[in-house]
Amino acid sequence: MSTLSISVGPQHPGSGHFRIMVKLDGDRIVEALPDPGYVHRGEEKLAEYRNYIQNIPHFERPIVHDSSNILFAYVSAVEDLMKLEVPERGQYIRVVMAELNRIIAHLYYMAIYGIFVGHSTMFMWPMGDRELFIDVAQMISGQRVTFAFLLPGGVRNDMPEGVKERAEKACDYFEKRLVEYEKIFINNPLFERRTRGMGVLTKQDAIRLGVVGPTLRASGVKADLRKDEPYAVYDKLDFDIPVSQDGDSWARAWVHMEEMRQSMAIIRQALKDMPSGPVKLNLRGQIRAPSGETFARTEASRGALSFYLVSNGGMMPYRVRLITPSFRNMIAIPHILKGLLLADLPPAFWGLDYWPVEADR
Amino acid sequence: MSETPETEQKPPERESKLVDGLTAKLGKDVLEVDIKPKRIKVKVKPERIKDAAEYIKNELGFDHVASVSGVDYPNDQELEVIYHIAAYEREDLRDLVVALAARIPRQDPKTPTLTDIWPSSEYSERETYEMIGIIFEGHPKLERLLLPEDWDDIPPLRKEFKNPGR
Repeated sequence: MSTLSISVGPQHPGSGHFRIMVKLDGDRIVEALPDPGYVHRGEEKLAEYRNYIQNIPHFERPIVHDSSNILFAYVSAVEDLMKLEVPERGQYIRVVMAELNRIIAHLYYMAIYGIFVGHSTMFMWPMGDRELFIDVAQMISGQRVTFAFLLPGGVRNDMPEGVKERAEKACDYFEKRLVEYEKIFINNPLFERRTRGMGVLTKQDAIRLGVVGPTLRASGVKADLRKDEPYAVYDKLDFDIPVSQDGDSWARAWVHMEEMRQSMAIIRQALKDMPSGPVKLNLRGQIRAPSGETFARTEASRGALSFYLVSNGGMMPYRVRLITPSFRNMIAIPHILKGLLLADLPPAFWGLDYWPVEADR
Repeated sequence: MSETPETEQKPPERESKLVDGLTAKLGKDVLEVDIKPKRIKVKVKPERIKDAAEYIKNELGFDHVASVSGVDYPNDQELEVIYHIAAYEREDLRDLVVALAARIPRQDPKTPTLTDIWPSSEYSERETYEMIGIIFEGHPKLERLLLPEDWDDIPPLRKEFKNPGR
């Protein structure tokens, strides 16, 4: 059998800043190996040169459109070492920002997935609707993309007047839009034919490979750290974890869609139940974590994200280990692409929600 | 800072129970146990890390590795390798993370791979290999992952590697 090797990527269109080395037998993929590292920045090393506050904007960089969720894990780790208790209102605002970010990131995913299966309406619509939620987040934090809003001990500032109304308006509108998304994209027979039964990851394989996030839940494992290890005030909020038993690319898109519905439900509840009071602790002077180590994790929009933080009591962390959901899902790429036609690589690969910048760190 | 020592808290029962079996099996080869709510850290002798891993997977039911880390301790001339292990299948264990650690000499940083026990550790081990120079013996593909192909310096997360420009 003679095989042909081709590189998908690392030029951006087609794979992100990332390369898949594909071996083909005719049109069939016999092997697909991921080659990451094109956007590696050495975040972990650089963090050892920055103090705990300087690390806040620094750690947003791997996942700019999910910045609140990555910071959520980081500040949880610092707070765990410093034994800080965040005021309740601060925790509610964190949850609102985290869920806004989840919708923003999921809409980005829908848009990119749309364009890579050749559905340009599905590129335009989510990119436009995303702005609504960015506007709400901007109202709260003052920034549009990298909010740098979560700090050890709380959030940077309280919300201005009118956020609740604005957010509810955005949610009201977007709930109607999601029905249209379903009609035009998720339940579109062409999209279904491209993605149903494609890139299947069984439940056993998902567990064995340790994948996370929507990819895991699309394979029938109802695991979400917001429920399994509730942090902040997630245990006081009522929401569901969408799970599909199909394990294919279609199921992954569907899980993303349903998660946005749940996120909106969380935002509505959190804004309604939010108590008044301070939003952060008044920490004076340089923040120093006492020596020790901690492992903090949160459910970011692409899945479980963890920080392993080792401190020796100095001004800067001694060692930070950051594991992102995309890095953990990379192991599924060779698995799901094997046996597919080359033309089916985009629908299978983009369904994974793999983000090279996030994986490389 | 107050001078009074923190009140001695009993380690959480569920977590302690999980560790008891492991310490019974490995005996003196368990060097250190640190139990906090939802977090367990077990440090073992490097030659027993595989036995400990098999116990954690088969007897305790932790089915995947969330993260593999390496930490450099130049003063002790040692590297620490840490596996953070979690569970999906057993729903009652999903909030727990077990950290399995071992210290290995810096001059000869070798440890057996755990990819045959947890395939999910494959890429994390590769990254730890290139970033801090720990050699995972028996790993199916111990090659560069993120660093440039022509990188010819020491592993960058070693403490003597200074960040240029700083």
